[in-house]
Parts: sequence; C-alpha cells; structure tokens
Amino acid sequence: MTVLTLTGLILVIALLGYAMGVARSRSALQAGSVLHSRPQYSGAFVAFLFALPAVCLMLAWVAIDEGIIRSLTIASLPSDVTEGIDRRQAGALIREVFQVISGRTFGEPEPYMRDAAAYYVEAQGWSRTLMYVSCLALGALCAGWGFSRIAPEFRARNKVEAIVSGLLVLASCIAILTTVGIIGALVFESWAFFTLVPVNEFLFGLNWEPQIPIREDQIAGAGAFGAVPVFWGTIFIALISMMVALPIGLFSAIYLAEFASPRVRTIVKPVLEILAGIPTIVYGFFAVLTVAPALRRYGEMVGLDVAANSALAAGGVMGIMIIPFISSLSDDAITAVPRSLRDASLAMGATRAETVSRVLLPAALPGIVGGVLLAVSRAIGETMIVVMAAGLIARLTLNPFEGVTTVTVQIVTLLIGDSSFDNPKTLAAFGLGLVLFISTLGLNVFALNIVKKYRERYD
Amino acid sequence: MANFHTDALANSGNGTAHAKQEGAKSANTRGVAKIKAESVNVFYGENQAIKNVSVDIDERQVTAFIGPSGCGKSTFLRCINRMNDVIESCRIEGRILIDDNDIYAKGVDPVILRSHIGMVFQKPNPFPKSIYENVAYGPKIHGRTRNKSELDSVVEQSLRRAGLWDEVKDRLAQPGTGLSGGQQQRLCIARAIAVDPEVILMDEPCSALDPIATARVEELIDELRQNFTIVIVTHSMQQAARVSQKTAFFHLGHLVEEGPTDRIFTNPEDKRTQDYITGRFG
Repeated sequence: MTVLTLTGLILVIALLGYAMGVARSRSALQAGSVLHSRPQYSGAFVAFLFALPAVCLMLAWVAIDEGIIRSLTIASLPSDVTEGIDRRQAGALIREVFQVISGRTFGEPEPYMRDAAAYYVEAQGWSRTLMYVSCLALGALCAGWGFSRIAPEFRARNKVEAIVSGLLVLASCIAILTTVGIIGALVFESWAFFTLVPVNEFLFGLNWEPQIPIREDQIAGAGAFGAVPVFWGTIFIALISMMVALPIGLFSAIYLAEFASPRVRTIVKPVLEILAGIPTIVYGFFAVLTVAPALRRYGEMVGLDVAANSALAAGGVMGIMIIPFISSLSDDAITAVPRSLRDASLAMGATRAETVSRVLLPAALPGIVGGVLLAVSRAIGETMIVVMAAGLIARLTLNPFEGVTTVTVQIVTLLIGDSSFDNPKTLAAFGLGLVLFISTLGLNVFALNIVKKYRERYD
Repeated sequence: MANFHTDALANSGNGTAHAKQEGAKSANTRGVAKIKAESVNVFYGENQAIKNVSVDIDERQVTAFIGPSGCGKSTFLRCINRMNDVIESCRIEGRILIDDNDIYAKGVDPVILRSHIGMVFQKPNPFPKSIYENVAYGPKIHGRTRNKSELDSVVEQSLRRAGLWDEVKDRLAQPGTGLSGGQQQRLCIARAIAVDPEVILMDEPCSALDPIATARVEELIDELRQNFTIVIVTHSMQQAARVSQKTAFFHLGHLVEEGPTDRIFTNPEDKRTQDYITGRFG
C-alpha cells in the first residue's frame, strides 16, 4: 500500500473514466443530436475530473500525515517522558521510535517505546487505508458528477482546454517557485549571517579571515569578514579573463561572419564551440599543470616573481573558456545585421573592413554587448577553474602575478569539512552566495534586455 | 514622354555643386554611350542567369530594364558595379565598358569602381546612424572632404538634390531609420549622390513605396538625369514609361529588345515584348 500503487490505480481508473465518458458521449450522438464537442473531450473531461482531485488529495495527505502521526505518537508516550520537551527532543524521541520499528536497538528498549512503535505502525496503516479510500471516493464523486453532465450540448472541449491550460500554468509556476525557494533559502541563511556580522562590515570591510574555530578546542584566528578583497578577486579575475576573451572572441567572430569562406566556417565554428563543451575542471587542470608553471618559468626569466596560483593563470584560462561565448553570440549578432546594409555599404565603395567597422559593428553592438555581459556573468560565477588555479588568501592587489581569491572559491572552502550552521564561518558562504546571485542576476537581466531590444529592431 | 531631353540641356548644371563635374564633361555628351556591355554571360554555379547580353547605356539619360521576375534584369544591373563579385558562386563572362574602360579587366579594383557608381536598392536601407552620418558615409570613407564645414556642405547639397533637405534639415542628428519609407529611399539616393558618382543604379527603387512617395522619387529621378547616368530596374511598365528615355526588355536571361522608350511601348518589334507590355504574361 504505497503512494506509487495509489497513483497507478488512479491512472487506471482515470483511463476507465475516459472510456466511459467517450462511450456516453457516443451514445448521445446515436440518439440523433449534434455534439458540441467530440467524444474524446467528454472522455478527457471525466478522466481529469477523476484524476485531478484524487491526486491533489493524495499529495496533500502525504504532505501532512507524517507530522500528524508523529505528534500523535509523542502524545501517546507516558506524560513523564514528554513533560516539557522541545522540538529537538521530540525529534530525538521519534528517531528512537523508528529504531525500535526497524529493530536496530542497543539493548532492550523501554516498554513504552515499544508501545509507541506499535502505535506508530498502526496509525500509519490506518492513515494509508484512509488515504486510499478518501482519494478514490473523492475522485469517483467528481467523476460521477462530470459523467452526469455529459450531454450533446455539453461544452466539454472548452472545459478540457481550460484544465490543460491550467496544468501548463502550473508547470511553469513550479520552475518559478523553485527559483523563489532557492532565493528564500539563500536570503534566510544570509539573514542569519548578517545578525552575526554587520552588513556594512561584510560589504565594506577590507580584511577577510574567515577561519574561526568552530569547536571549543580548535586553534584559529579571531576571524574577520570584510568581503571587499574577495569581491575584488572575483572582479580582477573576471577582468583578466575578459581581456583575453574579448579581443580573441570578437575578432574570431568578425572573421567567421565576414571573411571566412563557407568551407572554413563549417570547420572552424564547431571547433570553436567545442571549447564551450570542455568541462571546466579540465580547464582547471590546464591552468594548474600547464599555464601556471609556464608563467612562473617565464616570470623567472625576466625577473618577475609569479605566484604559483596567480590571478593571471586563472583569469587567462577562464578567458579561453569564455571565448566561444563571445565569439558565438557576436557572430550571431553580426550575421543578423540585414544583408541590405552590407550591400549598401559595399555599393558605396566601402571595403569589407570599412563595412565591418563602420556599419556592421555599430549595428551589431547591442547584441555584442549583450553577449559580453552574459560572458562576464559566466566568468563571475565560474567556480572550478578558480578553485583549482586561484589562491585561497584574500588579497587586495592590482598585481596579476599574485594570488587572489574569488567569491566562489571562498564559498567552496567555507562549506568544505566540519561545518555547523550556527557560526559565521559557515554562514558567510551564504552571504557571499547572495551577493554573487544578485550581481549575476542583475547582469543577466541587463544583458538579456539589451539583446531583446536589439532583436526587436530588425524583425 | 517624347523628346524632352534635348531642351533640358540648357538648364542642366544644378547650381554650383556640380561646376566641377560639368566642367569635366562636355555638355554634348548626352546621348553618347556611357556604359557598353558586350556579350555578357552570368552564371550562378551551373545556372546561366544572363545569356549573351549586349546593350549600350547612354550618358545622362534614364535607361529602364523591364521584364518578368527572374529574367535577370537585377543580376545584370549588379554586374555594372560588380556587386555580384560578393556572391561566391557567381561567374561573369564578356566585357562591360564604362567610358571605354573594361571594368572586369585585371587591375580594376571593384572598391574604387563602386565609389564611382551609386546604387539604390529595392528596400530603403539607411544605416542605423543619424541622417547626417548616412549621407556623410561615402565622403568620409573616400576622404572626399578636408574639413567639417566642407562635409556639412556636401551633406546639405546631397540632401537638397535628393529633395529631402527641407524635410530633415532640423533633425539631421536623428536616426535615418526613423524616417518614412519614401523619405528613407530619398535619403539612400542622397547617400548615393554624395560621392558624385557618374552612374546611379536603381534596383526597383519604388517597389516598397506608396504611390505618393513613388511619384516623389520618380520626379527626383527625372531631375537627377541632368547630372547622372541612371539605370533603373522596374517591375512597373508605367514607371518605365514615365521616367526612362530608353528601355530594355529582358526575358529568361536574354535581352529581347531595347530602344527608345516611346518606341518600345508603342511599336515593339518582338512578339514577346508586345505580349509583356500588353499584360499577356509577366
């Protein structure tokens, strides 16, 4: 007797209802009248009327019955055990009950515990049976009402379409609600963080040393949560990556869109897009094992002291990762400029290069800017490359040969290892995450708006 | 539509703007062939779009190319400023001479050629720039002006000659794409004449315009004939009759018949021409 079997049962009965609805509608047709809706719609109407209330009731039941049974079980315990307990202790008692049920107990459980276990199992059985009966009964009731309404002039099609469009709305709502839920969780935990560390200290403080003790006996610093060096590290690495990606991406887009022969284009464009398919952790290897040592060696040759985890290595490799974003979106933007503008410019006696720089790029600029902004938000949110190649120490520096750390790196390190969710070290991750989320969301909205505006212009 | 181009000679030279050009060309060149096409064949891959076309286009007259869709008249037009070079699969045989120079000869730079031949397209295609920048585009890329005031006067002259100056003089900084369709097309004409071309090619310049805007552009074409050699492709036989002095009828890639417009429309020699202009096909 599980939820799964009940779902199956509901589906089967709904199909049955469909067949019955169709049959009834058909028989009405044979009586010689004109149907408003085709029989399939009447069938679907009955099926929906059965399945929807039954499934809704089932979901609601499953959502609340566990809680009710638990509190009933607690209440069934002797009053001297439950006297004045709080939620956490109640949870511990329930876990004990579960252990008794599964038989994984150390020593002989208390008799009242065994009673409670029996009570829990019985209540659960009752609940399931009741759920089966009430779900099917509710469905049958609704379906019976729907069935009785089937008549030649009954507008089943309109009703079914309304139901289907309602389901579609529901589906899109789930995606939106998930986002809202994620934001809610983030804001909730960040709130907890900001009660421990003042917002302005977090946003404007220049010192980031989050490794505070999380157990009494640990030896660690006092801790400081000024996130400016972390934000700077993110911005700095994103800047370096854009300095690599922007010219290379843009120039390759111009080449592909305007100068490459179709044959070259069919080869080069997919190859460039393969870059976008490489897992970022592979870029991380590349940065750590190839680029960083090479930079260090070349730095030594010219007398520069390059850190092993320099911002340059991380940013440079991230830039390579981002090239396909910029080149692909810019290529789209350039090729979307109408052919008539190219012709107009060429017919004026402009060379291809003049046409690109004076007509195509200005016309494609909004699309290119949109692509670049999307790439920036990608660079800011990128985690794996910087976890592997950037440093851990938050430094406020302009020197690309030194190591910096980023928001994403800090979130990862703060949440790795022993963590308890009531101290600022762990909660700081959520504060950082919130800032990261807000800034990339803002960038994305801004970028998509620009791209959209641009599309409207030529359609 | 008869012989009215001879008396137009007296008041040619539309003011000072073209003193230079007028000086360079003899006033008697009208009626002399400016462009000569000799056995031109055009292929798109395996398809032959133009079949052995030879035609003379007279200086400072309007020559109309008419014919049903797909007859190759636009293709032929685009051979004159080598715009077909842009198309990869396109191959051209034969010779096209402008002032007795073969434009397909080795060493001819199509970019320079195009700066001497203006083109106006079917759909108005102003750049998404200001009205001023649209007209200044050609002079700027060819370095025709030395300073801002010179450029300003070229822009003004071109807009005046395109009959657009009075409508836009107060909003030169606004985007050219914000004008009405007819104004946009006249802006494109102003853009084309800003570099003082010798020839202006027009590829169905009125097909996207309403009748009033069309009348305005046709009037303009008639005025421009004073200074430029104009070739116009049109679907509308009335338009060809109204604006052109010479008409060439294309059919299935062949040049069927060419001659003075009034003769083509009143007394065509070829049966196909007659069928087309009387509306039996096309």
